[in-house]
Amino acid sequence: MHKIIVCLKRVVDYNVRIRVKPDGSGVITEGLKMSINPFDEIALEEALRIREKGGAAEIIAVSIGPDDCQQQLRTALAMGADRAILVQTSTELEPLGAARSLLKIIEREQPELVLLGKQAIDDDCSQTGQMLAALWGRPQATFASKVEISDQAVRVTREVDAGLELIEVDLPAVITTDLRLNEPRYVKLPDIMKAKKKPIETLTLDSLGADTAVRLRTLKHEAPTPRGKGILVEDVPALMAALRERGLSA
Amino acid sequence: MSRILVIAEHDGQHIQQSTARCLNCAQQIEAAGADVVVFAAGDSPVAAEAANLAGVKRVLLVAQAATGSLAAVLAPQIVALAGNYDCILAPSTTFGRDLLPRVAALLGAAQVSDIMAVVGPRSFKRPIYAGNAIVTVEVPDGQPVIGTVRSASFKPVESGAGAAIETISVNAEIPAHTRFIELQTGSSDRPDLQSAKIVISGGRGLGSADNFNQLYALADRMGAAVGASRAAVDAGFVPNEMQVGQTGKIIAPDFYLAFGISGAIQHLTGIKDAGTIVAINKDSEAPIFEVADIGLVGDLFAAIEEMNKQLG
Repeated sequence: MHKIIVCLKRVVDYNVRIRVKPDGSGVITEGLKMSINPFDEIALEEALRIREKGGAAEIIAVSIGPDDCQQQLRTALAMGADRAILVQTSTELEPLGAARSLLKIIEREQPELVLLGKQAIDDDCSQTGQMLAALWGRPQATFASKVEISDQAVRVTREVDAGLELIEVDLPAVITTDLRLNEPRYVKLPDIMKAKKKPIETLTLDSLGADTAVRLRTLKHEAPTPRGKGILVEDVPALMAALRERGLSA
Repeated sequence: MSRILVIAEHDGQHIQQSTARCLNCAQQIEAAGADVVVFAAGDSPVAAEAANLAGVKRVLLVAQAATGSLAAVLAPQIVALAGNYDCILAPSTTFGRDLLPRVAALLGAAQVSDIMAVVGPRSFKRPIYAGNAIVTVEVPDGQPVIGTVRSASFKPVESGAGAAIETISVNAEIPAHTRFIELQTGSSDRPDLQSAKIVISGGRGLGSADNFNQLYALADRMGAAVGASRAAVDAGFVPNEMQVGQTGKIIAPDFYLAFGISGAIQHLTGIKDAGTIVAINKDSEAPIFEVADIGLVGDLFAAIEEMNKQLG
Protein backbone atom coordinates (compact mmCIF):
# COMPACT_ATOMS: atom_id res chain seq x y z
CA MET A 1 0.00 0.00 0.00
CA HIS A 2 1.16 3.50 -0.71
CA LYS A 3 -0.99 5.43 1.65
CA ILE A 4 -3.21 5.06 4.67
CA ILE A 5 -5.34 7.96 5.84
CA VAL A 6 -6.30 8.02 9.50
CA CYS A 7 -9.11 10.39 10.54
CA LEU A 8 -8.83 11.86 14.03
CA LYS A 9 -11.43 13.80 15.96
CA ARG A 10 -10.52 16.12 18.80
CA VAL A 11 -12.88 15.36 21.70
CA VAL A 12 -13.22 15.99 25.42
CA ASP A 13 -10.94 13.47 27.14
CA TYR A 14 -12.72 10.27 28.10
CA ASN A 15 -11.85 10.72 31.79
CA VAL A 16 -13.66 14.03 32.04
CA ARG A 17 -17.20 13.97 33.33
CA ILE A 18 -19.27 16.22 31.13
CA ARG A 19 -21.93 18.63 32.41
CA VAL A 20 -24.84 20.26 30.64
CA LYS A 21 -24.99 24.07 30.55
CA PRO A 22 -27.67 25.44 32.89
CA ASP A 23 -29.55 27.04 29.95
CA GLY A 24 -29.63 23.75 28.04
CA SER A 25 -27.82 25.21 25.04
CA GLY A 26 -25.07 22.60 25.06
CA VAL A 27 -22.48 20.94 27.26
CA ILE A 28 -19.68 22.74 29.04
CA THR A 29 -16.42 22.11 27.16
CA GLU A 30 -14.49 25.28 28.02
CA GLY A 31 -11.20 24.58 29.76
CA LEU A 32 -11.61 20.81 29.66
CA LYS A 33 -8.80 18.44 28.73
CA MET A 34 -9.05 17.51 25.04
CA SER A 35 -7.65 14.37 23.41
CA ILE A 36 -7.72 12.30 20.25
CA ASN A 37 -10.97 10.31 20.21
CA PRO A 38 -9.79 7.00 21.77
CA PHE A 39 -11.23 4.89 18.92
CA ASP A 40 -9.36 7.06 16.39
CA GLU A 41 -6.16 6.57 18.37
CA ILE A 42 -6.65 2.82 17.95
CA ALA A 43 -7.10 3.43 14.21
CA LEU A 44 -3.79 5.30 14.08
CA GLU A 45 -2.04 2.55 16.06
CA GLU A 46 -3.32 -0.02 13.58
CA ALA A 47 -2.01 2.04 10.65
CA LEU A 48 1.39 2.26 12.34
CA ARG A 49 1.48 -1.50 12.85
CA ILE A 50 0.57 -2.11 9.21
CA ARG A 51 3.42 0.19 8.15
CA GLU A 52 5.87 -1.47 10.54
CA LYS A 53 5.11 -4.83 8.93
CA GLY A 54 5.93 -3.32 5.53
CA GLY A 55 2.28 -3.01 4.54
CA ALA A 56 2.20 0.73 3.92
CA ALA A 57 4.58 3.48 2.85
CA GLU A 58 2.92 6.58 4.22
CA ILE A 59 0.42 7.46 6.94
CA ILE A 60 -1.48 10.74 6.80
CA ALA A 61 -3.43 11.96 9.82
CA VAL A 62 -6.44 14.15 9.00
CA SER A 63 -8.57 16.18 11.37
CA ILE A 64 -11.41 18.63 10.88
CA GLY A 65 -11.95 21.37 13.42
CA PRO A 66 -10.52 24.53 14.99
CA ASP A 67 -6.82 25.48 15.03
CA ASP A 68 -6.46 23.72 18.38
CA CYS A 69 -6.72 20.38 16.57
CA GLN A 70 -3.04 20.91 15.77
CA GLN A 71 -2.32 19.60 19.28
CA GLN A 72 -3.95 16.26 18.49
CA LEU A 73 -2.31 16.13 15.06
CA ARG A 74 1.09 16.77 16.73
CA THR A 75 0.39 13.83 19.01
CA ALA A 76 -0.44 11.72 15.94
CA LEU A 77 2.82 12.78 14.30
CA ALA A 78 4.69 11.92 17.50
CA MET A 79 3.07 8.49 17.52
CA GLY A 80 4.43 7.99 14.01
CA ALA A 81 2.18 9.49 11.32
CA ASP A 82 4.28 10.91 8.46
CA ARG A 83 2.32 14.07 7.85
CA ALA A 84 -0.95 15.69 8.83
CA ILE A 85 -3.75 17.68 7.27
CA LEU A 86 -5.97 20.02 9.27
CA VAL A 87 -9.23 21.08 7.69
CA GLN A 88 -9.92 24.26 9.55
CA THR A 89 -13.39 25.28 10.66
CA SER A 90 -14.94 26.82 13.73
CA THR A 91 -18.36 25.29 13.08
CA GLU A 92 -19.21 21.81 14.28
CA LEU A 93 -19.93 19.42 11.42
CA GLU A 94 -22.50 16.65 11.33
CA PRO A 95 -21.17 13.22 10.32
CA LEU A 96 -22.44 13.68 6.74
CA GLY A 97 -20.59 16.99 6.40
CA ALA A 98 -17.46 15.44 7.90
CA ALA A 99 -17.69 12.47 5.51
CA ARG A 100 -18.15 14.77 2.50
CA SER A 101 -15.13 16.83 3.55
CA LEU A 102 -12.99 13.74 4.14
CA LEU A 103 -13.99 12.46 0.70
CA LYS A 104 -12.42 15.58 -0.84
CA ILE A 105 -9.15 14.79 0.93
CA ILE A 106 -9.37 11.17 -0.20
CA GLU A 107 -9.95 12.19 -3.82
CA ARG A 108 -6.80 14.27 -3.64
CA GLU A 109 -4.59 11.79 -1.78
CA GLN A 110 -5.88 8.50 -3.28
CA PRO A 111 -5.20 6.26 -0.26
CA GLU A 112 -5.80 2.50 -0.41
CA LEU A 113 -7.07 2.40 3.15
CA VAL A 114 -8.90 4.79 5.45
CA LEU A 115 -8.95 4.01 9.15
CA LEU A 116 -11.03 5.77 11.79
CA GLY A 117 -12.75 5.00 15.07
CA LYS A 118 -16.14 3.28 15.13
CA GLN A 119 -17.59 6.27 16.94
CA ALA A 120 -16.54 9.55 18.53
CA ILE A 121 -17.06 9.64 22.28
CA ASP A 122 -18.61 13.11 22.21
CA ASP A 123 -21.64 12.82 19.88
CA ASP A 124 -21.60 8.98 19.92
CA CYS A 125 -23.09 9.02 16.40
CA SER A 126 -21.14 6.13 14.88
CA GLN A 127 -21.84 7.32 11.33
CA THR A 128 -18.83 8.99 9.71
CA GLY A 129 -16.92 5.91 8.53
CA GLN A 130 -19.97 4.27 6.99
CA MET A 131 -21.04 7.51 5.31
CA LEU A 132 -17.56 8.04 3.91
CA ALA A 133 -17.49 4.50 2.49
CA ALA A 134 -20.91 5.05 0.89
CA LEU A 135 -19.98 8.37 -0.71
CA TRP A 136 -16.66 6.92 -1.90
CA GLY A 137 -18.49 3.89 -3.33
CA ARG A 138 -16.10 1.57 -1.48
CA PRO A 139 -16.42 -1.24 1.10
CA GLN A 140 -16.80 -0.63 4.81
CA ALA A 141 -15.68 -2.91 7.60
CA THR A 142 -17.00 -1.50 10.86
CA PHE A 143 -16.24 -2.40 14.50
CA ALA A 144 -12.95 -4.11 13.56
CA SER A 145 -11.17 -6.21 16.17
CA LYS A 146 -8.66 -7.82 13.76
CA VAL A 147 -7.31 -6.63 10.42
CA GLU A 148 -5.33 -8.91 8.07
CA ILE A 149 -4.01 -7.31 4.90
CA SER A 150 -3.15 -9.23 1.75
CA ASP A 151 -2.39 -7.90 -1.74
CA GLN A 152 -5.74 -6.68 -2.96
CA ALA A 153 -8.05 -7.47 -0.11
CA VAL A 154 -8.37 -7.15 3.66
CA ARG A 155 -9.90 -9.66 6.01
CA VAL A 156 -11.57 -7.95 8.92
CA THR A 157 -12.97 -9.55 12.05
CA ARG A 158 -15.91 -7.47 13.25
CA GLU A 159 -17.31 -7.38 16.78
CA VAL A 160 -21.05 -7.81 16.24
CA ASP A 161 -23.86 -8.53 18.69
CA ALA A 162 -23.93 -12.22 17.77
CA GLY A 163 -20.18 -12.74 18.13
CA LEU A 164 -17.34 -12.27 15.65
CA GLU A 165 -18.06 -11.80 11.97
CA LEU A 166 -15.31 -12.30 9.40
CA ILE A 167 -15.66 -10.40 6.13
CA GLU A 168 -13.33 -9.75 3.20
CA VAL A 169 -13.23 -6.39 1.45
CA ASP A 170 -11.39 -5.25 -1.66
CA LEU A 171 -9.10 -2.24 -1.42
CA PRO A 172 -9.51 0.65 -1.27
CA ALA A 173 -11.75 0.41 1.77
CA VAL A 174 -12.81 2.12 4.98
CA ILE A 175 -12.27 0.33 8.30
CA THR A 176 -13.70 1.56 11.61
CA THR A 177 -11.95 0.32 14.71
CA ASP A 178 -13.24 -1.20 17.93
CA LEU A 179 -11.59 -1.28 21.35
CA ARG A 180 -9.92 -4.66 21.23
CA LEU A 181 -8.08 -4.14 17.93
CA ASN A 182 -4.90 -3.00 19.70
CA GLU A 183 -3.49 -0.92 22.53
CA PRO A 184 -2.09 2.38 21.30
CA ARG A 185 1.55 3.10 22.11
CA TYR A 186 2.73 5.81 24.46
CA VAL A 187 4.49 8.74 22.91
CA LYS A 188 8.16 9.14 23.92
CA LEU A 189 9.84 12.51 24.37
CA PRO A 190 12.32 12.13 21.44
CA ASP A 191 9.36 11.36 19.19
CA ILE A 192 7.64 14.57 20.29
CA MET A 193 10.81 16.49 19.37
CA LYS A 194 11.01 14.76 15.99
CA ALA A 195 7.34 15.37 15.31
CA LYS A 196 7.90 19.13 15.49
CA LYS A 197 9.71 18.90 12.15
CA LYS A 198 6.90 16.97 10.45
CA PRO A 199 4.53 19.00 8.29
CA ILE A 200 0.93 19.90 9.12
CA GLU A 201 -0.87 21.25 6.07
CA THR A 202 -3.75 23.56 6.87
CA LEU A 203 -6.73 23.95 4.55
CA THR A 204 -9.90 25.89 5.15
CA LEU A 205 -13.13 23.94 5.08
CA ASP A 206 -14.50 26.31 2.42
CA SER A 207 -11.60 25.58 0.09
CA LEU A 208 -12.68 21.93 -0.14
CA GLY A 209 -16.01 22.88 -1.68
CA ALA A 210 -17.93 20.14 0.16
CA ASP A 211 -21.57 20.55 1.17
CA THR A 212 -21.34 20.73 4.94
CA ALA A 213 -24.68 22.39 5.64
CA VAL A 214 -26.05 21.40 9.05
CA ARG A 215 -29.25 19.41 8.57
CA LEU A 216 -30.56 18.58 12.05
CA ARG A 217 -31.86 21.26 14.38
CA THR A 218 -30.67 20.94 17.97
CA LEU A 219 -33.49 21.98 20.28
CA LYS A 220 -32.02 21.46 23.74
CA HIS A 221 -29.58 19.61 25.96
CA GLU A 222 -30.47 18.19 29.34
CA ALA A 223 -28.90 16.08 32.06
CA PRO A 224 -30.05 12.45 32.22
CA THR A 225 -32.68 11.60 34.83
CA PRO A 226 -30.81 10.26 37.84
CA ARG A 227 -31.82 6.90 39.30
CA GLY A 228 -33.34 6.95 42.77
CA LYS A 229 -31.17 6.37 45.82
CA GLY A 230 -30.59 2.70 46.54
CA ILE A 231 -30.30 0.68 49.74
CA LEU A 232 -27.41 -1.30 51.18
CA VAL A 233 -28.18 -4.73 52.61
CA GLU A 234 -26.14 -6.68 55.16
CA ASP A 235 -26.23 -10.18 53.75
CA VAL A 236 -27.58 -12.50 51.06
CA PRO A 237 -30.89 -13.35 52.81
CA ALA A 238 -31.64 -9.62 53.07
CA LEU A 239 -30.65 -9.24 49.42
CA MET A 240 -32.95 -12.05 48.32
CA ALA A 241 -35.80 -10.61 50.41
CA ALA A 242 -35.33 -7.19 48.80
CA LEU A 243 -35.32 -8.80 45.35
CA ARG A 244 -38.52 -10.74 46.05
CA GLU A 245 -40.13 -7.55 47.31
CA ARG A 246 -39.43 -6.06 43.90
CA GLY A 247 -41.06 -8.98 42.16
CA LEU A 248 -38.19 -11.36 41.43
CA SER A 249 -39.77 -14.79 41.32
CA ALA A 250 -36.67 -16.96 40.74
CA MET B 1 -49.19 10.97 7.87
CA SER B 2 -45.73 9.60 8.05
CA ARG B 3 -44.85 6.63 5.86
CA ILE B 4 -42.33 4.56 7.78
CA LEU B 5 -40.08 1.71 6.69
CA VAL B 6 -38.52 -0.46 9.40
CA ILE B 7 -35.56 -2.61 8.41
CA ALA B 8 -35.91 -6.02 10.02
CA GLU B 9 -32.96 -7.53 11.86
CA HIS B 10 -32.85 -11.31 11.87
CA ASP B 11 -30.45 -14.25 11.95
CA GLY B 12 -31.92 -16.05 8.95
CA GLN B 13 -34.24 -18.12 11.14
CA HIS B 14 -35.84 -15.69 13.53
CA ILE B 15 -36.58 -12.03 13.68
CA GLN B 16 -34.61 -10.28 16.44
CA GLN B 17 -36.49 -8.66 19.29
CA SER B 18 -34.71 -5.41 18.35
CA THR B 19 -37.09 -5.21 15.37
CA ALA B 20 -40.16 -5.40 17.64
CA ARG B 21 -38.68 -2.62 19.79
CA CYS B 22 -38.02 -0.56 16.68
CA LEU B 23 -41.67 -1.00 15.69
CA ASN B 24 -42.75 0.42 19.03
CA CYS B 25 -40.76 3.57 18.22
CA ALA B 26 -42.33 3.62 14.75
CA GLN B 27 -45.81 3.45 16.27
CA GLN B 28 -45.02 6.43 18.48
CA ILE B 29 -44.06 8.40 15.37
CA GLU B 30 -47.06 7.20 13.37
CA ALA B 31 -49.91 5.38 15.11
CA ALA B 32 -50.95 3.73 11.84
CA GLY B 33 -47.76 1.69 11.93
CA ALA B 34 -45.01 0.90 9.47
CA ASP B 35 -43.95 -1.32 6.62
CA VAL B 36 -41.21 -3.80 7.47
CA VAL B 37 -38.65 -4.86 4.91
CA VAL B 38 -37.07 -8.29 5.32
CA PHE B 39 -33.96 -9.19 3.32
CA ALA B 40 -33.77 -12.96 3.55
CA ALA B 41 -33.90 -16.21 1.63
CA GLY B 42 -37.27 -16.70 -0.08
CA ASP B 43 -38.19 -19.65 2.16
CA SER B 44 -37.06 -18.01 5.41
CA PRO B 45 -39.65 -17.98 8.24
CA VAL B 46 -38.56 -14.45 9.17
CA ALA B 47 -41.12 -12.66 6.98
CA ALA B 48 -43.99 -14.57 8.63
CA GLU B 49 -42.64 -13.67 12.08
CA ALA B 50 -42.44 -10.02 11.06
CA ALA B 51 -46.02 -10.11 9.75
CA ASN B 52 -47.24 -11.22 13.19
CA LEU B 53 -45.92 -8.18 15.03
CA ALA B 54 -48.28 -5.37 16.04
CA GLY B 55 -47.97 -2.12 14.13
CA VAL B 56 -46.93 -3.78 10.88
CA LYS B 57 -48.91 -2.58 7.87
CA ARG B 58 -47.26 -4.98 5.44
CA VAL B 59 -44.07 -6.95 5.11
CA LEU B 60 -41.88 -6.51 2.05
CA LEU B 61 -39.78 -9.58 1.46
CA VAL B 62 -36.77 -9.01 -0.74
CA ALA B 63 -35.39 -12.44 -1.49
CA GLN B 64 -31.64 -12.95 -1.53
CA ALA B 65 -28.77 -15.24 -0.64
CA ALA B 66 -28.92 -16.19 3.00
CA THR B 67 -25.37 -15.28 3.96
CA GLY B 68 -24.70 -12.37 6.25
CA SER B 69 -26.24 -8.92 6.30
CA LEU B 70 -23.61 -6.78 4.62
CA ALA B 71 -24.29 -3.05 4.65
CA ALA B 72 -22.71 -2.62 1.21
CA VAL B 73 -25.19 -5.16 -0.20
CA LEU B 74 -28.32 -4.00 1.66
CA ALA B 75 -27.86 -0.22 1.49
CA PRO B 76 -28.44 0.24 -2.27
CA GLN B 77 -31.56 -1.94 -2.05
CA ILE B 78 -32.98 0.17 0.78
CA VAL B 79 -32.17 3.32 -1.18
CA ALA B 80 -34.20 1.89 -4.09
CA LEU B 81 -37.20 1.59 -1.73
CA ALA B 82 -36.65 4.89 0.07
CA GLY B 83 -38.63 7.06 -2.35
CA ASN B 84 -41.90 5.64 -0.96
CA TYR B 85 -41.12 6.62 2.64
CA ASP B 86 -40.68 9.70 4.85
CA CYS B 87 -38.96 7.79 7.62
CA ILE B 88 -36.57 4.83 7.70
CA LEU B 89 -35.77 3.15 11.02
CA ALA B 90 -33.42 0.35 12.02
CA PRO B 91 -32.44 -1.00 15.44
CA SER B 92 -29.38 0.61 16.98
CA THR B 93 -27.63 -2.74 17.20
CA THR B 94 -24.38 -3.53 15.39
CA PHE B 95 -26.62 -4.47 12.42
CA GLY B 96 -28.41 -1.12 12.19
CA ARG B 97 -25.44 0.97 13.23
CA ASP B 98 -23.41 -0.56 10.40
CA LEU B 99 -26.13 -0.28 7.79
CA LEU B 100 -28.19 2.86 8.27
CA PRO B 101 -25.46 5.54 7.95
CA ARG B 102 -24.58 4.00 4.57
CA VAL B 103 -28.22 4.41 3.55
CA ALA B 104 -28.40 7.97 4.90
CA ALA B 105 -25.26 9.04 3.05
CA LEU B 106 -26.52 7.61 -0.24
CA LEU B 107 -29.72 9.61 0.29
CA GLY B 108 -27.75 12.72 1.23
CA ALA B 109 -29.60 12.81 4.54
CA ALA B 110 -28.61 13.23 8.17
CA GLN B 111 -29.15 10.36 10.58
CA VAL B 112 -30.44 10.49 14.15
CA SER B 113 -28.54 7.78 16.02
CA ASP B 114 -29.82 5.99 19.13
CA ILE B 115 -33.33 7.44 19.36
CA MET B 116 -34.33 7.00 23.03
CA ALA B 117 -37.61 8.94 22.99
CA VAL B 118 -40.04 10.27 20.43
CA VAL B 119 -40.84 13.91 21.25
CA GLY B 120 -42.80 14.54 18.03
CA PRO B 121 -42.99 12.97 14.59
CA ARG B 122 -39.78 14.77 13.61
CA SER B 123 -38.08 15.35 16.96
CA PHE B 124 -36.27 12.86 19.11
CA LYS B 125 -34.14 12.53 22.21
CA ARG B 126 -30.77 10.81 21.96
CA PRO B 127 -27.90 10.30 24.38
CA ILE B 128 -24.48 11.86 23.84
CA TYR B 129 -21.25 11.68 25.87
CA ALA B 130 -21.96 8.10 26.92
CA GLY B 131 -25.38 9.12 28.20
CA ASN B 132 -24.10 11.97 30.38
CA ALA B 133 -26.20 14.38 28.37
CA ILE B 134 -29.41 14.00 26.41
CA VAL B 135 -29.97 16.10 23.32
CA THR B 136 -33.29 16.77 21.55
CA VAL B 137 -32.91 17.08 17.80
CA GLU B 138 -35.42 17.88 15.09
CA VAL B 139 -35.36 16.81 11.47
CA PRO B 140 -36.57 19.86 9.49
CA ASP B 141 -39.55 19.48 7.12
CA GLY B 142 -38.70 18.24 3.67
CA GLN B 143 -35.93 15.90 4.86
CA PRO B 144 -36.40 12.19 5.45
CA VAL B 145 -36.22 10.97 9.04
CA ILE B 146 -33.45 8.37 9.17
CA GLY B 147 -32.89 6.95 12.62
CA THR B 148 -31.50 4.07 14.61
CA VAL B 149 -33.60 3.08 17.61
CA ARG B 150 -32.03 2.39 20.98
CA SER B 151 -33.48 -0.99 21.96
CA ALA B 152 -33.25 -0.45 25.72
CA SER B 153 -35.58 2.56 25.49
CA PHE B 154 -38.54 0.84 23.80
CA LYS B 155 -40.50 -2.24 24.83
CA PRO B 156 -41.14 -4.76 22.06
CA VAL B 157 -44.57 -4.55 20.40
CA GLU B 158 -46.94 -7.46 21.05
CA SER B 159 -48.30 -9.84 18.45
CA GLY B 160 -50.58 -8.26 15.89
CA ALA B 161 -53.42 -9.30 13.63
CA GLY B 162 -51.11 -10.53 10.91
CA ALA B 163 -50.01 -8.34 8.03
CA ALA B 164 -49.76 -9.26 4.37
CA ILE B 165 -46.40 -10.37 2.99
CA GLU B 166 -45.45 -9.08 -0.45
CA THR B 167 -42.46 -10.56 -2.18
CA ILE B 168 -40.84 -7.78 -4.15
CA SER B 169 -37.74 -7.30 -6.21
CA VAL B 170 -35.74 -4.09 -6.16
CA ASN B 171 -33.70 -2.58 -8.89
CA ALA B 172 -30.29 -1.91 -7.37
CA GLU B 173 -26.70 -2.50 -8.31
CA ILE B 174 -25.16 -4.86 -5.75
CA PRO B 175 -21.41 -4.43 -5.32
CA ALA B 176 -19.11 -7.46 -5.20
CA HIS B 177 -16.35 -5.69 -3.26
CA THR B 178 -17.52 -6.92 0.15
CA ARG B 179 -17.83 -10.62 0.98
CA PHE B 180 -19.18 -12.42 4.03
CA ILE B 181 -16.88 -15.26 5.17
CA GLU B 182 -18.24 -16.55 8.47
CA LEU B 183 -19.87 -15.73 11.78
CA GLN B 184 -18.40 -17.21 14.94
CA THR B 185 -20.97 -17.29 17.65
CA GLY B 186 -20.73 -18.78 21.10
CA SER B 187 -23.46 -21.37 21.37
CA SER B 188 -25.37 -21.06 24.60
CA ASP B 189 -28.73 -22.35 25.78
CA ARG B 190 -29.10 -19.39 28.13
CA PRO B 191 -31.53 -16.56 27.40
CA ASP B 192 -30.41 -13.87 25.00
CA LEU B 193 -28.65 -11.00 26.76
CA GLN B 194 -30.67 -8.31 25.02
CA SER B 195 -34.11 -9.74 25.69
CA ALA B 196 -33.65 -11.53 29.06
CA LYS B 197 -35.69 -10.39 32.07
CA ILE B 198 -32.80 -11.17 34.43
CA VAL B 199 -29.14 -10.57 33.61
CA ILE B 200 -26.23 -11.59 35.81
CA SER B 201 -22.90 -9.98 34.97
CA GLY B 202 -19.36 -10.59 36.11
CA GLY B 203 -16.39 -8.26 36.14
CA ARG B 204 -12.68 -8.35 36.72
CA GLY B 205 -13.47 -9.42 40.28
CA LEU B 206 -14.40 -12.88 39.01
CA GLY B 207 -10.69 -13.46 38.48
CA SER B 208 -10.78 -16.17 35.80
CA ALA B 209 -12.76 -17.84 33.05
CA ASP B 210 -13.16 -20.83 35.36
CA ASN B 211 -14.80 -18.76 38.07
CA PHE B 212 -17.44 -17.62 35.57
CA ASN B 213 -18.78 -21.18 35.82
CA GLN B 214 -20.12 -20.33 39.27
CA LEU B 215 -21.96 -17.39 37.72
CA TYR B 216 -23.35 -19.62 34.94
CA ALA B 217 -24.68 -22.06 37.53
CA LEU B 218 -26.44 -19.26 39.37
CA ALA B 219 -27.79 -17.84 36.09
CA ASP B 220 -29.22 -21.23 35.09
CA ARG B 221 -30.93 -21.48 38.45
CA MET B 222 -32.50 -18.05 37.96
CA GLY B 223 -33.24 -18.39 34.25
CA ALA B 224 -30.92 -15.45 33.64
CA ALA B 225 -28.68 -14.37 30.79
CA VAL B 226 -25.01 -13.77 31.56
CA GLY B 227 -23.11 -10.61 30.72
CA ALA B 228 -19.71 -9.18 31.55
CA SER B 229 -17.82 -5.93 31.92
CA ARG B 230 -15.24 -4.82 29.40
CA ALA B 231 -12.49 -5.68 31.91
CA ALA B 232 -13.68 -9.31 32.04
CA VAL B 233 -13.77 -9.52 28.24
CA ASP B 234 -10.36 -7.88 27.84
CA ALA B 235 -8.94 -10.32 30.40
CA GLY B 236 -10.18 -13.18 28.24
CA PHE B 237 -12.62 -14.59 30.83
CA VAL B 238 -15.55 -14.49 28.36
CA PRO B 239 -16.13 -13.74 24.64
CA ASN B 240 -16.89 -10.26 23.32
CA GLU B 241 -20.57 -10.85 22.66
CA MET B 242 -21.14 -10.92 26.42
CA GLN B 243 -19.90 -7.38 26.94
CA VAL B 244 -22.38 -4.94 28.43
CA GLY B 245 -21.77 -1.21 28.12
CA GLN B 246 -21.23 1.68 25.77
CA THR B 247 -19.16 -0.41 23.35
CA GLY B 248 -20.93 -3.68 24.08
CA LYS B 249 -24.62 -4.26 24.52
CA ILE B 250 -27.01 -1.73 25.97
CA ILE B 251 -29.64 -3.66 27.89
CA ALA B 252 -32.75 -3.05 29.96
CA PRO B 253 -33.64 -6.21 31.90
CA ASP B 254 -36.05 -6.15 34.84
CA PHE B 255 -33.21 -7.23 37.11
CA TYR B 256 -29.48 -6.67 36.64
CA LEU B 257 -27.10 -8.32 39.11
CA ALA B 258 -23.49 -7.13 38.90
CA PHE B 259 -20.86 -9.29 40.58
CA GLY B 260 -17.38 -7.82 40.99
CA ILE B 261 -18.02 -4.98 38.55
CA SER B 262 -16.61 -1.63 39.69
CA GLY B 263 -18.93 0.34 37.40
CA ALA B 264 -16.93 2.40 34.90
CA ILE B 265 -19.11 5.07 33.29
CA GLN B 266 -18.99 3.13 30.01
CA HIS B 267 -20.48 0.09 31.75
CA LEU B 268 -23.16 2.09 33.55
CA THR B 269 -24.25 3.50 30.18
CA GLY B 270 -25.19 -0.01 29.19
CA ILE B 271 -27.41 -0.77 32.20
CA LYS B 272 -29.06 2.44 33.35
CA ASP B 273 -32.44 1.48 31.92
CA ALA B 274 -32.56 -1.76 33.94
CA GLY B 275 -35.51 -2.08 36.35
CA THR B 276 -33.59 -3.04 39.48
CA ILE B 277 -29.79 -2.91 39.64
CA VAL B 278 -28.06 -5.04 42.24
CA ALA B 279 -24.35 -4.58 42.98
CA ILE B 280 -22.21 -7.07 44.86
CA ASN B 281 -18.66 -5.87 45.34
CA LYS B 282 -16.06 -6.00 48.10
CA ASP B 283 -15.08 -2.36 47.51
CA SER B 284 -17.71 -0.17 49.15
CA GLU B 285 -16.38 2.83 47.19
CA ALA B 286 -17.04 1.21 43.79
CA PRO B 287 -19.01 3.59 41.53
CA ILE B 288 -21.53 0.81 40.74
CA PHE B 289 -23.06 1.45 44.18
CA GLU B 290 -24.02 4.98 43.05
CA VAL B 291 -26.53 3.54 40.56
CA ALA B 292 -27.47 0.34 42.40
CA ASP B 293 -30.94 -0.02 43.89
CA ILE B 294 -29.69 -2.79 46.15
CA GLY B 295 -26.06 -3.03 47.22
CA LEU B 296 -24.17 -5.69 49.12
CA VAL B 297 -20.60 -5.03 50.19
CA GLY B 298 -18.79 -8.32 50.51
CA ASP B 299 -17.09 -11.29 48.90
CA LEU B 300 -18.80 -12.14 45.62
CA PHE B 301 -17.94 -15.85 45.71
CA ALA B 302 -19.49 -16.25 49.14
CA ALA B 303 -22.54 -14.37 47.89
CA ILE B 304 -22.90 -16.57 44.81
CA GLU B 305 -22.63 -19.71 46.95
CA GLU B 306 -25.18 -18.43 49.43
CA MET B 307 -27.59 -17.38 46.67
CA ASN B 308 -27.26 -20.79 45.05
CA LYS B 309 -28.11 -22.35 48.40
CA GLN B 310 -31.10 -20.07 48.96
CA LEU B 311 -32.46 -20.79 45.51
CA GLY B 312 -31.62 -24.49 45.75
